[in-house]
Amino acid sequence: MAKVFERTKGLTDKPFHYCPGCTHGIIHRLVAEVLEELDVLGKAIGVAPVGCSVFAYDYFNCDMHEAAHGRAPAVATGIKRVHPDSVVFTYQGDGDLASIGTAEIIHAAHRGEKITTIFVNNAIYGMTGGQMAPTTLVGQKATTAPYGRDEKHAGRPLKVAEMLATIHGAKFVERVSVHNPANIRKAKKAIKKAFEVQLAGEGFGIVEVLSTCPTNWGLTPVEALKWLEENMIPYYPLGNFRTPEEVK
Amino acid sequence: MAKARGKVTFKEDLCKGCELCTTACPVNIVVMNKEKINIKGYHPATVIEMDKCIGCGNCATICPDVVIEVERIIEE
Amino acid sequence: MAKILMKGNEAIGAAAIKAGCKYFFGYPITPQNELPEYMSRELPKVGGVFLQAESEVAAINMVYGAAGAGARVMTSSSSPGIALKQEGISYIAGAELPCVIVNIVRGGPGLGGIQPAQSDYYQSTRGGGNGDYRTVVYAPATLQETVDLVMEAFDVADQYRIPVMVVGDGMIGQMMEPVEFKEPKKRNLPPKDWATTGTKGQRKPNIINSLFIDPKELEDHVLRLEEKYKVIKQNEVRYETYNLEDADVVVVAYGTTSRVVKNAIAKCEAEGLRVGLIRPITLWPFPDEAFEKISDKTKGILTVEMSTGQMIDDVKIAINGRKPVYFYGRTGGMVPEPDAIVAEIKKIAGGEK
Repeated sequence: MAKVFERTKGLTDKPFHYCPGCTHGIIHRLVAEVLEELDVLGKAIGVAPVGCSVFAYDYFNCDMHEAAHGRAPAVATGIKRVHPDSVVFTYQGDGDLASIGTAEIIHAAHRGEKITTIFVNNAIYGMTGGQMAPTTLVGQKATTAPYGRDEKHAGRPLKVAEMLATIHGAKFVERVSVHNPANIRKAKKAIKKAFEVQLAGEGFGIVEVLSTCPTNWGLTPVEALKWLEENMIPYYPLGNFRTPEEVK
Repeated sequence: MAKARGKVTFKEDLCKGCELCTTACPVNIVVMNKEKINIKGYHPATVIEMDKCIGCGNCATICPDVVIEVERIIEE
Repeated sequence: MAKILMKGNEAIGAAAIKAGCKYFFGYPITPQNELPEYMSRELPKVGGVFLQAESEVAAINMVYGAAGAGARVMTSSSSPGIALKQEGISYIAGAELPCVIVNIVRGGPGLGGIQPAQSDYYQSTRGGGNGDYRTVVYAPATLQETVDLVMEAFDVADQYRIPVMVVGDGMIGQMMEPVEFKEPKKRNLPPKDWATTGTKGQRKPNIINSLFIDPKELEDHVLRLEEKYKVIKQNEVRYETYNLEDADVVVVAYGTTSRVVKNAIAKCEAEGLRVGLIRPITLWPFPDEAFEKISDKTKGILTVEMSTGQMIDDVKIAINGRKPVYFYGRTGGMVPEPDAIVAEIKKIAGGEK
């Protein structure tokens, strides 16, 4: 018998605080496994956001810095400029990155900051109780869009991966999902490549991960995976938007 | 023909009863244990008929709470 | 070392680099632009990094990251830009990190103007950000003092793990005076063993954080900060006094205004009036103790500011009702004239008002 799956050393022993079935836990684990497999835990410095994953600093087994809402890419910039040989990543939700932190993420990409961003898109504000996000789908209900998102009133949801892929300094941009084991494995590969782009000194890398929020979507965890597949993926197509030649 | 055999271990007290693992098992042996309530107050996931396990790791891959460990043996 | 003639904003940059500051994150705003421009020229020469951020908000959060990573780091701005930085300053204070923030104050509110002003006294000393916190605030009156305080600010920031502000105005930033770079007094600075440097597999992870979700934990944290602030109040108060023993009137003024006040005092003395001065050098901690030295025969206190009266609140707290407190100020970029101050002093000395 050989262990083919055990808890990665990239995670601390602390149990996740997330709601049952929330896919943040999967994404945390993937990032932690990649850091362990690349043998960079000792030089990794992570930046936690504000939102459901605010406590990310308690879960990753490396140095961590808790940032203000949306400012993780700026904080990561400060860290990376001081320690250029470290491996710096931000872990941000869609309220954090796609709303209040749009300037910070765009300009981190624009400068080609050698950092890796894990962008968790679950189309809603989770921590604050299910308010509409820039990523909320048209027609999707939220506590601040009780009749469903109205395109005429609130616009269409922001496609972050596509937007960042237009920026020269963003060298690796991919959108993945974690709604089944096959996609989870693909997501891990993308996350690994994004970190490899950083290690190669290429520039900025981001992986947008489609994620669920069973609690605020009002679905069971299993229904939420199905909802993601049937509703989010058609609007947020999966795939790679940019990869440097060296990492392909 | 080589046949993969596996064994999974659930750290039941970490389980939040989300049932995602039950959707991912190709041999349908992961179920919720309705007889039991864990320390968090959930019916934890468990495995019936462990001898059917192929050690694919799907259940552990989709588990959001790192509840599951997987071992595998390849029999020639 | 020989004195060299420098422009204020550039002298601040030179002092910071002399103090070991290797990182500067900022965003353009008048009247402090010569400082980031100087840093962009000089920091690469010492192996440092100058980075122009996309906003003041981003700049202070870069400072937050760099300070957490253990570096000596600075940012600078002017009033509306400092307002934008308050979020980051609050986080830096909460996470107990050292950094130096320079504010070359301009008139407000809003976009205001670009001329010298002191209407950021509240913003500097009351904390424009959220929560129970303090920043050490230095208000130099000459370029030599500016240079000395900037160099010391980095040590004070490191010693207490606290953001330190240096507050000037367009006058300080733009004028030229001879300066000499002198090592500040030696302090025992604790090692930065809390910094995010990567564990190298040799220690438990370091976490930079200002979140304490348990109210008791947050209260304990804030009370610990308060204890630290008490120590700073004991050790770091700075002020200059003049002729408090037998003054008929004591004037309180800081920074640029104190230079004008000194001229006014000289004029009064020539006419036989006895006028004292309290010049706070630290706006926080405020030099309460200086006010205990005011003699019983003093008729009143005159606070002079380039604002509509902000420091006067602290003056009233310090004097605690012992003497009447009067105010004279110009604002919006207007600088008080010595003769106008003399007239105010005479009113008080004559028992008018």
